[in-house]
Amino acid sequence: MITLTVNGQAHQVDVDPDTPLLYVLRNDLALNGAKFGCGLGQCGACTVLIDDKPVCSCLMPVSALGARRVRTLEGLHADGRPGPLPAAFEAEQAAQCGYCIAGMIVRAQALLEHNPRPTEEEVRNHLAPNLCRCGTHMRILRAVRRAAEAMGGGVRDVAEQP
Amino acid sequence: MSAPRNPLGRRAFVANALVVTFALSRGALAQDTARKLPPSLAKAPQLDSWIRVGADGRITVFTGKAELGQGIRTALTQIAAHELPVPPAQIDLITADTGRTPDEGVTAGSHSMQDSGTAILNAAANVRALLTDAAAWRFAIAADQIEMRDGAAHTLDGRSVGYGELASALSLQVPARPDMPRRQGGKAVIGQKLPRLDIPAKVTGGPAYVQDMRLPSMLHARVVRGPSDGTKLKPVDIAVVEKMPGVVKVVREGAFLAVVADQEWRAIKALHRLQAAGWERATPPLAASDLRETIRQLPAEEMPIFDYPGPPAPADARTIRARYSRPHLMHASIGPSCAVAQWADDGLTVWTHSQGVYPLRKSLADLLKLEPDKIRCIHVEGSGCYGHNGADDVAADAALAARAVPGKPVRLQWMREQEHGWEPLGSAMVVELAAELDGDRIAAWRHEVWSNTHSTRPSTAGGLLAGREMDPPFAAPKPRPIPMPEGGGARNGNPIYALPNARGVFHFVEQMPVRVSALRGLGAQMNVFAIESFMDELALAAEADPVAFRLAWLKDERAREVVQRATERFGWSKRGAGGDGSGMGFGFARYKNLASYCAVAMEVRVDQDTGEIHVPRVVAAVDSGEAVAPDGIRNQIEGGIVQSLSWTTREAVGFDRTHRTSFDWSAYPILRFPAAPGRVEVEVIDRPRQPFLGAGEAAQGPAAAALGNAVAHAVGVRLRDMPLSPERVRAALRPVPAAPSQAAG
Amino acid sequence: MRLAVGIALVCAALVAAAVAFAWHPEIDKISPPLAVSFDRSLVAQGQDLARLGNCAGCHTSEPSKPLAGGRPLETPFGKVFVSNITPHADHGIGTWSRAAFGRAMRRGILRDGTHLYPAFPYEHFTHATDDQLDALYAWLMTRRPIANQVPATKLAGLYGFRPLVAGWNLLYLEQGPLERDRSKSDEWNRGRVLVEGLGHCGGCHTPRNRFGAEDKARAYDGAWTEGWYAPPLNAHSPAVQPWTAQELHTYLRTGLAPHHAAAAGPMGGVTRALSQVPDEDVRAISTYVASLMADAPARRQEPPQPVDRLAVAQQQHPEAAALYAGSCALCHEPGAPMMQQGRPRLAWGTPLHEDNSHDTVRIIMKGLASPAGAAGPTMPAYADLLDDRQVQEIAAYLRTRFTDKPAWSDVQAAVAEARK
Repeated sequence: MITLTVNGQAHQVDVDPDTPLLYVLRNDLALNGAKFGCGLGQCGACTVLIDDKPVCSCLMPVSALGARRVRTLEGLHADGRPGPLPAAFEAEQAAQCGYCIAGMIVRAQALLEHNPRPTEEEVRNHLAPNLCRCGTHMRILRAVRRAAEAMGGGVRDVAEQP
Repeated sequence: MSAPRNPLGRRAFVANALVVTFALSRGALAQDTARKLPPSLAKAPQLDSWIRVGADGRITVFTGKAELGQGIRTALTQIAAHELPVPPAQIDLITADTGRTPDEGVTAGSHSMQDSGTAILNAAANVRALLTDAAAWRFAIAADQIEMRDGAAHTLDGRSVGYGELASALSLQVPARPDMPRRQGGKAVIGQKLPRLDIPAKVTGGPAYVQDMRLPSMLHARVVRGPSDGTKLKPVDIAVVEKMPGVVKVVREGAFLAVVADQEWRAIKALHRLQAAGWERATPPLAASDLRETIRQLPAEEMPIFDYPGPPAPADARTIRARYSRPHLMHASIGPSCAVAQWADDGLTVWTHSQGVYPLRKSLADLLKLEPDKIRCIHVEGSGCYGHNGADDVAADAALAARAVPGKPVRLQWMREQEHGWEPLGSAMVVELAAELDGDRIAAWRHEVWSNTHSTRPSTAGGLLAGREMDPPFAAPKPRPIPMPEGGGARNGNPIYALPNARGVFHFVEQMPVRVSALRGLGAQMNVFAIESFMDELALAAEADPVAFRLAWLKDERAREVVQRATERFGWSKRGAGGDGSGMGFGFARYKNLASYCAVAMEVRVDQDTGEIHVPRVVAAVDSGEAVAPDGIRNQIEGGIVQSLSWTTREAVGFDRTHRTSFDWSAYPILRFPAAPGRVEVEVIDRPRQPFLGAGEAAQGPAAAALGNAVAHAVGVRLRDMPLSPERVRAALRPVPAAPSQAAG
Repeated sequence: MRLAVGIALVCAALVAAAVAFAWHPEIDKISPPLAVSFDRSLVAQGQDLARLGNCAGCHTSEPSKPLAGGRPLETPFGKVFVSNITPHADHGIGTWSRAAFGRAMRRGILRDGTHLYPAFPYEHFTHATDDQLDALYAWLMTRRPIANQVPATKLAGLYGFRPLVAGWNLLYLEQGPLERDRSKSDEWNRGRVLVEGLGHCGGCHTPRNRFGAEDKARAYDGAWTEGWYAPPLNAHSPAVQPWTAQELHTYLRTGLAPHHAAAAGPMGGVTRALSQVPDEDVRAISTYVASLMADAPARRQEPPQPVDRLAVAQQQHPEAAALYAGSCALCHEPGAPMMQQGRPRLAWGTPLHEDNSHDTVRIIMKGLASPAGAAGPTMPAYADLLDDRQVQEIAAYLRTRFTDKPAWSDVQAAVAEARK
């Protein structure tokens, strides 16, 4: 049995120790946020926060977690209501198929917790590990901007280079 | 004459009389009706195929189309909510399900709003008329004294009755009547920004995809194949894998191989163990690493696309020629295809994100030797598919795996490299254009396009990968071209410009070096890129502004408006001479010359050292007829622009002699955030009461062309072969040295 | 009295000689030349040479400010700030004439006569031909001028006294072109000019003495650069499979050697640059470098079977075996997609066979990134996924499983270094 802490709750799961966290989250804990996109750490659809850092859960054997704290999309609520990022994505209608969105929200969460006033370039570079195939990039950026403002910060524009 | 004694009284008599009247006239009306009804309704004319009203007033609306992430769940709900009318929250929309919904073929070709939207609009108008009549009868007043509002019938003097109660005295098992008047006045739902119904679950972790399904006792499976289309696994000893912990079954039928396990990771480990056996090429080697030349050279059937009359060009006209091309492209869905299948005594259920549940059912029936009515295919959303990807194949894989463990639901998902390796690609294409320029007038125009088929969507077992792995294998169906006016490789090959003496020929290449099928836009992306690039090249030769040059040939008023709105908003008049690395370009098309109109203006900056293209600004205008969900249209156009930028600036599926080398995101990179445009603005032109036109594929061609034209403006060199990758841009910009290189000394 | 005067005169003469030796005149400023004044072909040749020399590798700190410098290079003598070599009139080299540029490249002297520290490898660039310098100059002067005032380099103590560099030059700078070796092919000679000249491979691959100069007696014996170990490129190469010219050519062009591994660390940037230069230059470099490794063990014997001591490794490092299975096997085990594509086994990679674990540890923690938009070998970074102990365990496991070399003793230190 392996113990892990997800969204503030401890769980015990009966899985092979080399099972990547992604499959445990989805199949054993019935959490839909993190998704299988590639299983190779290349697309970010499985992004979760481990001790506040964004990582690909498809690369993380669950036995290696130890006491580290895992947070998923489902853990980004505030008092039972969607947190600023999920709310902003909803308000901006920032999704087409939406498959990449959970990963985007979690990765953006890590940025805004660490840097409440990033520049536009910093946001883009920070989100670079996450792929979107539908081309929802512009709305995702608007949603992050909106969430940053809701969280008391904001996204700074940097003047274009001549 | 007094009414016969009837225990139910006068009401029932009249209601029965109505039903009888309908029944009697049905036969006579039916043929007439079928001719005048929109196509989807004509195939399923009964109202209750589309709309049912529950006793509690909840409305169930059925559509044969599927939500692909393009927002039609919400848009169709809006249509029904608007026309009935009921609050949208009172509607449950059931999407493609062979057990419950009409057969609307495949959700593709930007047809959903046109076909299903129009059918639901009409059906809802029919239902409202019946409910109005029922209310009029009940209140004993004229129908025009009734206001239908918020799911209830209201009289002027304040009486009301809900639809639920009204409907219980009514049968909707009646055929739709064509040309029912639309609702007039009252609060609009069509044209409003109704928040998408599927987004809340997607941003909070609610179940939203077939990949999220969890059924009791569900097992996990993986299919085992070589790395890509054209390869096969070497013979493998399955005994070792059968003994791996958690492995329930290794399914082997002919060349089909799958493993079923109690946990997903165990299925993956077993998969890797089986794949360690190695693979080999199953068909003759591929000729090259980029197959567009191969396709251009293969035997082809000549099919005329269009022929516009006009006098021959004068002898002193200038001839201008250009050749454009694109490589094979990948759908590259973010979530690899997935299906859940379960065999029970009474048949097989498959939960699938296939775009066509009915054709899939037919193919599965063929494969599994079952009667179609023993198979139910239920659409559950997958990740964006952008056409025919692995969805149908994985459904068959899941069905075969599940057959080995009857009673248990089996979830089978493709791995990333399986999706990359086996999905049918968008065909490589070559377009050769020639025109005669008489001063600044186009006096002749020739368009020739070479392509494989743009659809191998399965309707028989031979169209499924698993079908071809059976022993004996089902024959792959002969590829066919899609006829015009829709077209496949010829799609949008017929220019919307009113050109004289213009002819187009489609060279349909039947032989497919690699597996191909429908990719969003089909041939339109290539044809529009070619035509719009060529118009720019002609404009340059004629020393005319590219937009003004086009407008001279554009007669369609709605087309002209879209062009004008986009270019004005963009500030096209400020376009300078270019050539210093910054440029502005424009592209326009009406998708299929039947669907949405879309114009795209784009600003680019080309880094002449690295060949990277930056896109600071894009402005687009779109006319989709009556805009049911304007923000949804905007979303689709923005997305189509960005997706097209990815295709056009960096994508090309790679091959070597034996297999696809584009096996994952590292080998087939797509656009990431740092390369996304600086700003994208989309203006949606609403045309109230005009037919709904699909917007999902309208932007790809114009955006690709706008990019190519902007790059040409920026660097003074015309690139005609997609992708306009950094390598190709650098190569195009590299000056030819006057003397052999002395650089290395 | 006369003796005192005599001694004073001799001292004065010596000082004068030293001053004369260490002092260099300022070369007059020029107006920044117009880009159009340079022949486009020449500029294109210069671009190739800039890639061969990988100027951007040091001189570009931020991708949006190419060649604008600013990065501090850590040297044993202190931080040396990399110059802005854009043609900016005030912050860069916009006012440098061709002669000033040539003097800097060949002798390490700035336009105003100051010495550059040999952190700038002019002891290699001195071998560049006039044609090469013409082309490079043309290319540099046609770049985008970027305002970026680079901090002044101030080394501590005596090292801060720049004229001392003249002494260093006296000892270690061999100016001028390389003599052709007539016993070798044209391609070999061409390669030698590129490698010993602009390519400055020895700058990373040759160990240095205590004055920071390359130890010519131990040329290509392997050395350290920014935490990465550049392995030996001579008879001491630890590679298990031979580095033939063919293999080197593939590696340098694509960043992936079929019988070795993917380019990691600074070699990522080098191979990306070399993927864009004329093929014959890369062939020449490969021929030359392969000749340096002609006596390496891998060239002198049959390639061995790949080592895979799975049972031993599992037994000695059970925790790492589970980590490997969940984190690494998904790409690296035989049935994994990357391996189905014919990528090299871990057992072939040089990092696992080096005497130190630093490269292995860094690759695990930092991964390999292909540049945005381009296809190429990719590996995720594991620094945020695994803690220090877990990385150490995996590194030890890999060494045990895929080599038959003794265990490393420096893994803990390597991980701590990589964390910095």
